[in-house]
Amino acid sequence: MNVPDDLLYTESHEWIKREGDNIRVGITDHAQAELTDVVYVEPPKKDRQVNAKEAIAVVESVKAASDIYAPVKGTVVEGNKELESNPALINTDPFGKGWIFVLKIDNPDDLKSLRDAAAYKQQIG
Amino acid sequence: MKIVKSRMLIMSEAAQKKTPLYDEHVERGAKMIPFGDWIMPVQYTSILDEHQAVRKNVGMFDISHMGQLIAEGKGAGPWLNEMLTNNIDKLAVGAGQYTFLLNDKGGIIDDLIVYRIGDQKFLLVVNASRTDEDFAWLDRHRLVGQVSNLPLAEVRKLEACATKDIDLTNRSKDFGGVAIQGPKVTELFVDLPERNHIADLELEGMPISIARTGYTGEDGIEVFFRASDAAKFWNMVLEKGERFGIKPCGLGARDTLRLEMCYPLNGSDLSPERNPIEAGLGFFVDLTKPKFIGREVLLKVKETGPGQKLVPFRMDGKAPPPRPHYSVFSNGGCIGEVTSGTLSPSLNYGVGMAYINAPHSKIGSKIEIEIRLQKFPATIEKKPLYKKS
Repeated sequence: MNVPDDLLYTESHEWIKREGDNIRVGITDHAQAELTDVVYVEPPKKDRQVNAKEAIAVVESVKAASDIYAPVKGTVVEGNKELESNPALINTDPFGKGWIFVLKIDNPDDLKSLRDAAAYKQQIG
Repeated sequence: MKIVKSRMLIMSEAAQKKTPLYDEHVERGAKMIPFGDWIMPVQYTSILDEHQAVRKNVGMFDISHMGQLIAEGKGAGPWLNEMLTNNIDKLAVGAGQYTFLLNDKGGIIDDLIVYRIGDQKFLLVVNASRTDEDFAWLDRHRLVGQVSNLPLAEVRKLEACATKDIDLTNRSKDFGGVAIQGPKVTELFVDLPERNHIADLELEGMPISIARTGYTGEDGIEVFFRASDAAKFWNMVLEKGERFGIKPCGLGARDTLRLEMCYPLNGSDLSPERNPIEAGLGFFVDLTKPKFIGREVLLKVKETGPGQKLVPFRMDGKAPPPRPHYSVFSNGGCIGEVTSGTLSPSLNYGVGMAYINAPHSKIGSKIEIEIRLQKFPATIEKKPLYKKS
């Protein structure tokens, strides 16, 4: 399983990429493999204020619906609209075109609660 | 992300039984999940790819978890005709029929296929999760012959004088089985039995039974063999099927394929609280038979009409896939509940089945499915949802 070293991770299988005051968020390669074929994505709406660990997006595979959580407190800058017409991007390019939303974070210190690649690798064994 | 598993796939986290093909699944990299008491492959590579392999070429499923009961003896035929809804007298040797095992209230204990495999010998292929319950129910009624309403204590008293002319055995552990489904099955196998018929033969030293049946809507067969031959048979078919594009398939594709055809899944679409008439499966109930368990109730349901009906529907426009337990609405009022749902890989829109109040259940009716507190438009369709072009 691919676990890029330059990203942060949550226990609930989201990846986080720091982009200045914002973070870009998606689900990991491990998570997309567990989910199987993604057929429907509901990204969050722009300007929504969210709390850490709040369910803000839904990813559905053929067999199940899964919630996606905000890793930290912040405001949604953008949801990935392309996933609405091409949900399989989550399977084919989970760390790239399969990103789900961008969040403007309230407090950069919150990111310290997230795990690094080594810790996430250990989690998924 | 939390992986929320659907009820269909996880009915119990309890003891996990392995089929004789377990090692083959693991070796080929299948994703294994608990299914009832069993651990089964949900997919090998992709549910969508496996689905398409069956629609276009051929795919093979492990169905070793399904149960096989054998009823034999002079009294077996007349007795089974009182246990099951369809008419066994219509079966010549080698023929099978879809039928129901009902409780005293007309509710569905199981849906199954019964084959006449000898003049007085019958094979019942039943759902994995119901095998033990079916056997216990049948065995109890075998002992008391035609008396169906006795308490267990009375049954025990009758055991001593039980009729000896019906043998009932549960052979599930002795057999493995696969379903080989898809249009190219007739290139892979020649001289297949007719639709809904079963034949015994020997293949490379393995005694097997081949039935021309399936759960996918494609031409196909279900093959049963000795559990000890399972791996050999599985690998032989995959090797011979390679040039036809055969794929090993999991329960995920099995579910999407059957749902496109509106074949019911016991435990989701069928249950002891539902009868075959409301499930829209009255075709498999012969009410002209003088006697069978559940008959009186079904006659009444037929007369008054069922309160709810199981109907297929499709999502209109862009919508999340429907899932079991979503509520169904019409003009703001709740009129039913979804029992099965998915994104149809062949049609590329959401499809499902739901029990809907009878007055709202007409084909073509516009309904709404509530998904995460939002209502999405849908239309009641005719069976099957997917028609081969």
